[in-house]
Amino acid sequence: MNWKKHDYDDIPGTYVFDGERAHPSYALNKLLFSFNEDDNRKEFDQDPAAYCDKFNVTGKYKQAVLENDFLGMLRMGANIYFMAKMAVPRGTSVQDAGAAFQGITTAEFQQNLLDKGIGLEEKLKNRGDYWNG
Amino acid sequence: MAKIIGGITSSHIPAVGNAISNNLTQDPYWKRFFDGYGPAKEWLEKAKPDLIIVVYNDHGLNFFLDKVPTFALGCADMYENADEGWGLKPTAPFKGNAPLSWHIAESLIEQEFDICTCQEMKVDHGFVNPIRALYGDHEVWPVPAIPLAVNTVQHPVPTAARCLKLGRALGKALESYPEDLRVVIFGTGGMSHQLQGERAGIIDVEFDLECMDKIATDPEWITQFSNAEIMRRAGTEGIETIMWLVMRGALADDAKVIHKHYHAPISNTGAGVLVLENPDAM
Ligand SMILES: [Fe+2]
Repeated sequence: MNWKKHDYDDIPGTYVFDGERAHPSYALNKLLFSFNEDDNRKEFDQDPAAYCDKFNVTGKYKQAVLENDFLGMLRMGANIYFMAKMAVPRGTSVQDAGAAFQGITTAEFQQNLLDKGIGLEEKLKNRGDYWNG
Repeated sequence: MAKIIGGITSSHIPAVGNAISNNLTQDPYWKRFFDGYGPAKEWLEKAKPDLIIVVYNDHGLNFFLDKVPTFALGCADMYENADEGWGLKPTAPFKGNAPLSWHIAESLIEQEFDICTCQEMKVDHGFVNPIRALYGDHEVWPVPAIPLAVNTVQHPVPTAARCLKLGRALGKALESYPEDLRVVIFGTGGMSHQLQGERAGIIDVEFDLECMDKIATDPEWITQFSNAEIMRRAGTEGIETIMWLVMRGALADDAKVIHKHYHAPISNTGAGVLVLENPDAM
């Protein structure tokens, strides 16, 4: 039994959330999904380890949850949207996670994004048919 | 007969909702992004739709990974927004139109789109934020809305070609609805962005602009690309742009471009507003 190969496997620095990733991380993602409910968030805060046990989140997955290791969770197959339910209220934004992946600061990550917009208005002006303020 | 007046595309990222909630729409970072909605709002005011259909993806509010429908249609009287884990105050609920939803479901399934029908469906930021950006916040929303969710979260996700075909089937479904009803379709999400991995933070402005131009005038163009190819250019989360094709497919081939606006970056993404109008619709 092997996971099949995909055309997207060789996109660098990219982990496509498919069956191969979603299957082993299912319990972890289920725990993260449960944070939609405030009661669950409170229950987790009271006893994080017990909450992991309740969701059958064990081993390295449990350790990552207990240590707020969001990067670790993502590497192990947590889905970014589900991870955000736990990370954002704990002060880790999706941009913080992106920066951590690259080993740069969030400020650097944000600057790299801003750089993508350099010359944009000029570019749109040349195309002609865009609203440009 | 229901009549599709046109379609609008919009980003739906959480940051857009937060900017509206925190009155930041005229803040220097946000101004150009939100100002680009001006002509779309004006057009909407003239178009006066009786109902909007919002094509979006759920990000883990209504659907967990235990069941992931490729296409899911709201078939209820009411749709509620809810806490997505961040403790934000939910918006007012959205009124639907159950008889129309069920008509669409029947027609789509007859046309071999075996859509998942949902009698309960919580709508997340993907649905809510485009409506907020285009209508502002309301205690009672000015227009009923039907959610049409596309799985873009857990692969396999449908191809761009399939989304375009779904749009064409949706168009036929609406045309065959006996009641007079003016409908506008929102295609939401995108454009290029990637949230995870070492490649997080990519934005491909050239690809986004090409997508906007082609989706407006030659949507078949995008069907040459596999999802792997789209993700290679536009990022893993950039795949959301395929949802625009559902909107586009529902419109006439010669729909007129009323407005085109692009801004990047906004949060992690490129963001495009496209307003298309069907011939003889206004
Ligand atoms: Fe999204």
